Amino acid sequence: MNNAKTGLAATLALAVGLAAVGPAHSDPVDDTLVIDGELEMVTRVKAPEGHPFDEVISGWHYRTDETRALEADTFQNPGMLYTQRGEEVWNTVEGEAGKSCASCHEDASASMKGVGAHYPKWNAAAGKPFNLELQINDCRVSNMQAEPYKFDDPDQKALVTFVKHQSLGMPMQIDLSEGEMQQWWERGKERYYLRMGQLNLACATCHENYNGNYIRADHLSQGNVNGFPTYRLKQANMVSLHNRFRGCIRDTRAEQPKAFSDDLMALEVYVTWRGTGLSIETPAVRQ
Amino acid sequence: MLKIGLAAFGACLPMSIPAGAQTASDATAETSMTGVPGDPDTGRKILADRKLGNCLACHTVSDMSEHPFQGDVGPTLDGVANRWAPEQLRAILVDAKMMFGDQTIMPGFYTLKVGVDVAEPFQGERILTAQQVEDVVAYLTTLTKDPN
Ligand code: HEC
Ligand code: HEC
Ligand code: HEC
Repeated sequence: MNNAKTGLAATLALAVGLAAVGPAHSDPVDDTLVIDGELEMVTRVKAPEGHPFDEVISGWHYRTDETRALEADTFQNPGMLYTQRGEEVWNTVEGEAGKSCASCHEDASASMKGVGAHYPKWNAAAGKPFNLELQINDCRVSNMQAEPYKFDDPDQKALVTFVKHQSLGMPMQIDLSEGEMQQWWERGKERYYLRMGQLNLACATCHENYNGNYIRADHLSQGNVNGFPTYRLKQANMVSLHNRFRGCIRDTRAEQPKAFSDDLMALEVYVTWRGTGLSIETPAVRQ
Repeated sequence: MLKIGLAAFGACLPMSIPAGAQTASDATAETSMTGVPGDPDTGRKILADRKLGNCLACHTVSDMSEHPFQGDVGPTLDGVANRWAPEQLRAILVDAKMMFGDQTIMPGFYTLKVGVDVAEPFQGERILTAQQVEDVVAYLTTLTKDPN
C-alpha cells in the first residue's frame, strides 16, 4: 500500500497533503450497557483469531445517548413489545397437528435459553446452515403441520425476537466444526469482501475500513449481528437480519439476494463469526 | 479501536496511493467532456442530491451548510480547488479508483467499471452524465476557501 510511485504521483500526493488532516473520525462511545441496572452486557471483546480487528465492538456503542438509553431499559425498549407478542405466538396452537411451540418446548425461558446464541447452526438433514427462522419454519412444517412463515411475517419476527431474547446477555458463539460450516464461512467471507453494485462497494468497504466515520447522519459501526432482530427507530419496527443485509446491499445499487438464499446464509455465518463473544442484545435498539 | 481509526485515516493519506494506481499525468481528463462549460449552480445541487452525486454522504462542504448531516468518510471539500486543478478534479470524478487506487470507497461517477450484480435500473448506466460531471467540476473549482 505504501509506495507512492513516480515523481508526479508524489507531487500529487503532496497536493492532497491537506487531506492528511483526515476526516474527523469519531470513536465509538465509551460506555457500559447494563440492562435494567442488573445485567451487564459484553459490548467490546477481543476478536477471535484470524479476525481483521483486535477488538469486536457492538453497534450499541455507535448510537446516540438517547438510543443507547432506550436499549438499557426494558420498559422503554420498544422492541420488548415484540418479545411479548412472540410469547403469545409461542403459546398459540396452529396447524393440523394441533400443537403450539409450547406443546413440545414448554417453558421457553428454560428450553430456549442459550439456543439463539449458537445460530446459525449446521443442519445435517437440510445439508446447510439453519438460522432461527429456518429452524422455526422446519418445526412449523414437520412438527406442527402448519405453513412455513413467509419472510418477515410479523409473527416470524416476533417469534424469532422472543426466542433470541431468551439468550439475552449470553455470548454469541457459533460452531464452525460441524458439517460443512467452514465452507459456508469461506463463502460468506468472499461475499463480505466482494465489490458489488453500481457504487462498487463491499461490506468491508464500509464496516471494516470506515467504521467510526459518519456516512450522512449514520455513525458507521462494525456491522455486527448480535442485536438482531433489532428495533429500528427510523422504521419504527423490528428489522430482521436478512432485511438489514438486503438494505445494505440495495444501497450499493446491487441486485438484492433473496432472504435465506445461500448467499445470505453464508454471509450470516461469516458475519456472526465476526461478532464472536459479543452478548446477545435482542431486541437491540438502533437508529 | 485506535488501529481501526488509523486505518480509515490511512485511506485518506496521500502515501496510501497504491502501486498500480495511475500517475497524475495518466489520470487527468484535460478538457470538458462535452464541450459545454459546466454550470456551478447545477453542480452544487448535484452534490447534495442523494440520487445523483450524494457527495455530502461522505464529504463536508461549509458552503452547503443548509444541508444537515454531512458525512466525514472523505476529506472536506473546502479549499479543494486549491489542492487540485480542474482536470484533476474531473479525473477524480470520472473514476476515483484511477486516482486513489482500487480500494477507495469513493464511487466512480462516470465509469462502467462497477461491482457485481448491478441492480436492473442501473445496468449499463453511469451514475452521472458527462454534463453533470462538468457541472460538479465547475462548482468544485469555486471552493477556494481552505478549511479553518
Ligand atoms: C411436535 C413437537 C415440536 C413442536 C410443536 C415444535 N418443535 Fe421445535 N423442535 C422439536 C424437536 C424434536 C427439535 C429438535 C430436533 C430437530 O431439530 O428437529 C426441535 C428444535 C427446535 C429448535 C432448535 C433447538 C436447538 O437447540 O437448536 C428451535 C429453536 C425450535 N425447535 C423452535 C420451535 C418453535 C419456535 C416452535 C413453534 C413455532 C416449535 N419449535 C415447535 C419439536 C417441536
Ligand atoms: C455504503 C456503506 C455500507 C455498505 C457497503 C454496507 N453497509 Fe451495513 N450498514 C451501513 C450503515 C450506514 C449502517 C447503519 C449504521 C451502522 O450500524 O453501521 C449499517 C448497518 C449494518 C448492520 C447492523 C449493525 C447493528 O449494530 O445493528 C449490519 C449487520 C450490516 N450493516 C451488515 C452489512 C453487510 C453484511 C454488508 C454487505 C452485504 C453491508 N452491511 C454493507 C452501511 C453499509
Ligand atoms: C462513499 C463515500 C464517498 C462519496 C459518495 C464521494 N466521495 Fe469523494 N472521496 C471519498 C474519500 C474516502 C476520499 C479520499 C480518497 C480516498 O481515501 O480514497 C475522497 C476524495 C475526494 C476528492 C479529493 C479531495 C481532496 O481534497 O484530496 C474530491 C475532490 C472528491 N472526493 C469529490 C467528490 C465528489 C464531488 C463527490 C460526489 C459527486 C464525491 N467525492 C463522493 C469518499 C467519497
